[in-house]
Amino acid sequence: MLILKPGDLRYSEITPKPVYLNRRRFLAAVPAALVAARAARGAAARLPNVGKSQFSTSEPVTAENVVTRYNNFYEFGTGKGDPAHNAQNFKTENWTVSVEGECARPRKFSMDEILKLAPLEERIYRHRCVEAWSIVVPWIGYSLSALLKQVEPAPKAKFVAFQSYWDTRQMPLARPEIAGIEFPYVEGLRIDEAMHPLALLCVGMYGESLPPQDGAPVRLVVPWKYGFKSIKSIVKIKLTGGMPPTTWNMANAHEYGFYSNVNPNVDHPRWSQKMEQRLPGIFKNHPTQMFNGYGEQVASLYSGMDLRKYY
Amino acid sequence: MLRSRAMKIAVFLACLAPFCNLAWRLYRQDLGPNPLETLTHGTGDWAIRMIAATLAITPLRKLLKQPDLIRYRRMLGLYAFFYGCLHFTVYLYFDKLFDWQEILKDVAKRPFITMGFAAFVCMAPLALTSTKGWIRRLGGKRWQRLHRLVYIAGIAAVIHYYWLVKSDVRLPLLYGAIVGTLLLYRLVARFQTRSASAPVRLRAVSEPRP
Repeated sequence: MLILKPGDLRYSEITPKPVYLNRRRFLAAVPAALVAARAARGAAARLPNVGKSQFSTSEPVTAENVVTRYNNFYEFGTGKGDPAHNAQNFKTENWTVSVEGECARPRKFSMDEILKLAPLEERIYRHRCVEAWSIVVPWIGYSLSALLKQVEPAPKAKFVAFQSYWDTRQMPLARPEIAGIEFPYVEGLRIDEAMHPLALLCVGMYGESLPPQDGAPVRLVVPWKYGFKSIKSIVKIKLTGGMPPTTWNMANAHEYGFYSNVNPNVDHPRWSQKMEQRLPGIFKNHPTQMFNGYGEQVASLYSGMDLRKYY
Repeated sequence: MLRSRAMKIAVFLACLAPFCNLAWRLYRQDLGPNPLETLTHGTGDWAIRMIAATLAITPLRKLLKQPDLIRYRRMLGLYAFFYGCLHFTVYLYFDKLFDWQEILKDVAKRPFITMGFAAFVCMAPLALTSTKGWIRRLGGKRWQRLHRLVYIAGIAAVIHYYWLVKSDVRLPLLYGAIVGTLLLYRLVARFQTRSASAPVRLRAVSEPRP
């Protein structure tokens, strides 16, 4: 009979530390894994003429096969590995994004138009999930402000509401009784946040167009906020006078606020936000930075606000 | 067949397999994009499954008329504790890096962690007193009463899981239904035995019931 008391469990039994620390072998395995990931992406197209950005971090980029296999995209299932499986046949042809509401020239934009609206840049951003893991992703796109300026926002426009694609034929799991959240997925920003140059309208990553599980064909990336603010597969953007509803806030207002800025000093009710796990690392040993390290650029947007109250 | 040594070894190895799988994948650095989550969920899932398996022994003995199943209960219970220990250790080491101040804050402040910790604390004395010697020392009746803590452990583990999940609660509800059914069986059996025949009894228990 095997009787294990807590004292019998040595860490060495669980973590062969020398092996964990042996990164060379891991690195050697990366190219093969990347080839496999690329094969799985089939339809991804290389994006030409992508410039560099002053906003990029010099931190090491997370392996592509980590970013494309670990997704929160509840339309394609609530498991982190589900979207990579279930979204592969996601049809995004003839995609349009309607930009409307409080503006002088509301209209629909085709993907062709969106791709040519402004020069594409690669922006290597830190991406911090509210679940306390993080990745570093070379996104491709341009500042959301370039798109918003096209429709000439009215002075009455104080907020921007975003809406994801929703179609239960293509997304049979996108139902509230399964996912526990309402659909379509909606998000929002204050207009000054949306016009901030760091807020990225994103059409690609790792040199190619977005894979379906990461929000093809066009998504938002707001690097100083928790990941769920960076809404995927956008079909509608509406300028509004009032604060728009947001999906996770509707699901659980106590845990997910409208602002949801990355903030190590304000805990999630169920876990601390002080530390994060830089995937695919196993330890939660990476200190989380205020505004995810983008405080120098964005802190002024929130001067005088109590960020404990407006979490 | 249930009495054979080979069967017992087979069950022992089957219960050890999830651990070997996780340990091997950890060694191979093959735990997926989020290794901490894979380890946490893997050990937690098996802890709760082993608790459910332990709770299933008594009803199954009756329903299948296989009293020899009792020979496996201690092993399953100890496995529940084993996976619970692994689960807790993964949290302490990989998630919290032994930052005791943060850990204490977590246990005190966060209901889902409090609940998981409660399940673990309930199982510890049961593992400790699982030997024949302890049954003798405590006396069958007292031993049995103490070991009813496993009911609390099962309920706490299910609540821990339910509170952890962000929105898709289907799996925690499934475990809840299983543990709930197994506990309900006992309640019903208790009512029936009050008026009718002798209760389900432990082989190891020497003292007669009142």
